[in-house]
Amino acid sequence: MSTSAIRSYLPPVIEVDAENELLEVAMGPHHPSTHGVFRMDVALDGERVVRLKPVFGYLHRNHEKIAEKTTYLASMPYTDRLDYFCSMTNNWAYALAVEKLAGLEVPERAEYIRVITAELTRIQNHASAIGFLMQEMGASGTPLMYAFREREKILDLFEELSGSRMMCNYMRFGGCRVDLPEGWLDRVSRLVAELPRFVDEMEALLTGNEILMARAQGVGVLKPDLAVNAGVTGVMLRATGVNYDVRKVDHYGIYDRFAFRVPLGDHGDIYDRYMLRVLEMRESIRILEQALPQIPAGPILDPKSKPRGFRPKPGEAYGRIEAPKGELGFYLISDGSGNPYRYRVRPPSLINLTILEDMCLGQNVADVVLIFGSVDIVLGEVDR
Amino acid sequence: MLGEGILKGLAETAKNFAGSFVSEERLTTVEYPEQRLPQIENTRDFPFLVYDGEDPMAGLRCVSCQICEKECPPKCIYIVKSTDKKPDYVGKAQFYPTRFDIDISVCMSCQICVEVCPFDAIKMDTEFELSTSDRFGGLILDKHKLAKPNSYYQKIHPTEAAEVDGRLEEEKQKLEAKAKAAAEAAAAKAAADAAAKNAAVAPEGQA
Amino acid sequence: MKTAEELLSELQKALPGVQVSLVLNPSPSAQHALLVAAADALRVAFYLRDEAGYDYCSNATGVDWLDREVAEKVRTTRTVKKDVDGVEQEVEETIEQTVKRMESGYLEAVYHLYSMKMGPTDPHLPMVLRMRTENRTDRTELPSLTPVWRSAEFQEREIFDLYGIVFRGHRDLRRLLMWDEFEDHPMRRDYVDPDDYEYEPTPHDEVLKRAEAHRAAQGGAQ
Ligand code: SF4
Ligand code: SF4
Repeated sequence: MSTSAIRSYLPPVIEVDAENELLEVAMGPHHPSTHGVFRMDVALDGERVVRLKPVFGYLHRNHEKIAEKTTYLASMPYTDRLDYFCSMTNNWAYALAVEKLAGLEVPERAEYIRVITAELTRIQNHASAIGFLMQEMGASGTPLMYAFREREKILDLFEELSGSRMMCNYMRFGGCRVDLPEGWLDRVSRLVAELPRFVDEMEALLTGNEILMARAQGVGVLKPDLAVNAGVTGVMLRATGVNYDVRKVDHYGIYDRFAFRVPLGDHGDIYDRYMLRVLEMRESIRILEQALPQIPAGPILDPKSKPRGFRPKPGEAYGRIEAPKGELGFYLISDGSGNPYRYRVRPPSLINLTILEDMCLGQNVADVVLIFGSVDIVLGEVDR
Repeated sequence: MLGEGILKGLAETAKNFAGSFVSEERLTTVEYPEQRLPQIENTRDFPFLVYDGEDPMAGLRCVSCQICEKECPPKCIYIVKSTDKKPDYVGKAQFYPTRFDIDISVCMSCQICVEVCPFDAIKMDTEFELSTSDRFGGLILDKHKLAKPNSYYQKIHPTEAAEVDGRLEEEKQKLEAKAKAAAEAAAAKAAADAAAKNAAVAPEGQA
Repeated sequence: MKTAEELLSELQKALPGVQVSLVLNPSPSAQHALLVAAADALRVAFYLRDEAGYDYCSNATGVDWLDREVAEKVRTTRTVKKDVDGVEQEVEETIEQTVKRMESGYLEAVYHLYSMKMGPTDPHLPMVLRMRTENRTDRTELPSLTPVWRSAEFQEREIFDLYGIVFRGHRDLRRLLMWDEFEDHPMRRDYVDPDDYEYEPTPHDEVLKRAEAHRAAQGGAQ
C-alpha cells in the first residue's frame, strides 16, 4: 500500500508558466462532434490542453429510477434507448441479468439468434464508430456514408426481425420475442457474404492513409495499467494490449462454441483503436459464418418466462456482456415484488471517459475531439 | 511512397462514384416521398384497435380489461371502462371502452401493449406519416381514430394476422363445440328425463 | 477463483482484526458479497487489489435501504416454579414473543470486482464488496475507493449525486448528472419529485392524482 502506487493512477499535472494566461474554452454542450450533448471545460495554454473537465448530465433522465418504478419487462424498451446504436446488445445484457436473477434457461435457438443479432450490432457499431472518427478528423462524409450504407442493410434486417430499426425491444427474459421471419437467415447469409468486401473497401480507403496515420499514431496514448485500473473496457482496453474480452472470459451465451480471436493493440493510441475496430468486424463476420449454418430449430422462449406477473425471488444478480462499446452490465436487486428494488446499468461509455482527461492533457487542442471520438461513446448511455 | 495511401483511397471513392451510375446496388438513395421503399412486413409504429364485422364501435375486440394501460411503460394509454355490457360482434355481452385514447406523442412503439393483451384486440400499425401542427389535438388518437378493421390488419401484417385469425377461429370453434356439446347434453338429458317419465308412465298405461 | 467464503477466511488471516462478514445472496445467481466496515475498507480494498488479484472494479453503485419495521420472534427462557406431580419444582420454560422494532435504514455502496490478471476462470463470479453508512440522514460518509480503483471515480460521483453518500478521500467529489445547484438525491427511495412537470393529457392512476393536484394548485389553469 504505497502512496506512489496511489498517485500513479491520477492524471498528470501539467506545468504552466506562471506568466502565461490560460484560455478557458467550453467545448459543447453540443459540439464534441455531435455524439450527443456533452461539454468539456478545457483550459488552454496556447494550443496545449492543461486542464480538462468533462461535464455530463444533459441527457439525464434517470433511467434507473424509471426502471425501479415499473415492471421488469417495461424496462426492456427503455434499454434500447441507452446506447441507441446497439439496442440488441443492450437487450441481451438486461435479459442476461434477469435470467441470472430468476434462474431462467435460454433455449438453444434463442442463444443462436442472440449471437447473430449481437454480432451484426457489433459490425454496424464499429463501422459507424470509424465513420464518426473520420468525420471528427475532417474527412467529412465519405467514410461515414460508406459505413452507414452497410449499417442500413443491417438495420433493415433488424426491422424485418423485430419491427424496428433501432429500438428493437427484441429479447425477452429467457429467450426472444418472436421467431425469425421466413427467409431471414438467407438474407443474413447473403449480407455476411458481402461484408468482407465492405471491410476491405473501408481498409483500402483508410488504413494506409498518410493523413490518418499522421493524426492518429501516437496520439491519445493510454497505458495498460492505467486502463485496467480505470475500468476501461472494450476496444479501448484491448488497444492497450490487455487481453480481456467478456465473451472469452465469461463464456456467456454460447460464445465458447465459436472459434474467433480477440485482436489486441500494441500502442494504445487512436490508430490502434481504429485498427482494432476493423479487425473486430472481421472476427464478428467469422462468428456469423459459423453461427448461421448451425442454428437449430426449436422453441425461442423459456416456458417459465411470462409477460405478465413476473416476480423473481428476492436476491440480486450482476450480469454483463461484451457490448460493442465495452462491458455493459446490469445489476439488479429483487425484493420479491414485480418491480426491481434496485436497477443499475453499468455504462461502458461513461466509465471509458474516466481517462479522457489523462489522454488529453498536454496534447494539442485539435486532437481533443479526435481522442474523444476514438473512445466511441453514446450520450444516451453516458447520462442515462 | 508518401501519398500512396491517399491515392488508394481516392481510387476507391472514384470506383464508387463511377459505379453509382451503372450499378443499382451502389445507388442507395431513395427520393422520398416520390419514391418509396417497399414496406417491411414486421414494421411497427403505433398501436391500433382491431374490430370485426362492419360497425367499428360494435366490433371492437377490446373488452376494456385495462391490462395494456397498466403495462404500457410510458403510460400513454387512457381507458375508461364502461359500466354496462354491450353485445360484441358475436353477440356475447362484454364490457367495452367508453374512452380509449393513445397519446402517440408519448408512445414509444414498444409493442408491449400488444404482447400483454389477452384478447388480440390491439395491434401495431405501420402508418408513419402522422405529422401535425397540433400537439395535443392531433396526436391523441381516440377510439374512433384507433379502430381499424381486421382486414386492414390482414393487409399490413399478413403472416401475423393469419396466425391470430387461426388461433381465434380455433377458440371460437372450441367454444361453439362446447356450447353445442352443452346443448346436446342438455337435450339428451331432457330426452332421458322424458324417456324415464314415459317409462314410468308406460306400465301404468299397459296395465 | 476463490469463493466469497474462502476469501473471507483469507482476509481474516491476512489482516487480523479486520471487520468483514459474509452477505449471502439467495437468488440462483449465488453472487455472495463481503460486507466490510467503513474503517477497514481501504485496507481490505488494497489487499484485494494487490494481493488477491482483483485489479478491475467493474461496477460501483449505491443502494438505499429505508428504515423499516421488523417483526421478530424472540424466544426467551425463564425459570418458573411449577407444580409437577404434586411437588413444587423449578422448571425451564420457553416462550415465544413477537417483538417489533425499527431497524434504521442505511445507504450502501456496492462494488463489483473482477480480475483481469487472472483471466478466464470458471465459474466467473464477481467479487462483491459492500459498505454501509450508519444511517440515511446525517452520517452518510464512507471512504472513497477511487484511490484503489480509479474506475470508481465517476461512479462514486454518481452515487454521491443520486444517493448522497459522501466519499471521503475522493479527489473531485461533485455532482455528476444533476446540476450543481440541485439539492436532493433523486435515487433515494423516499425522494419526492418537485411539482414542475408539464403533464401529458393522458395521465392515470398515481400520475392523474398528481396532475389534478398540480392543476388545482395552478388555479385550474392548464
Ligand atoms: S386493448 Fe387488450 S389489453 Fe387493452 S384494454 Fe383492450 S382488451 Fe385489455
Ligand atoms: S406501443 Fe408501447 S408505448 Fe405505445 S401504447 Fe403500446 S405499450 Fe404504450
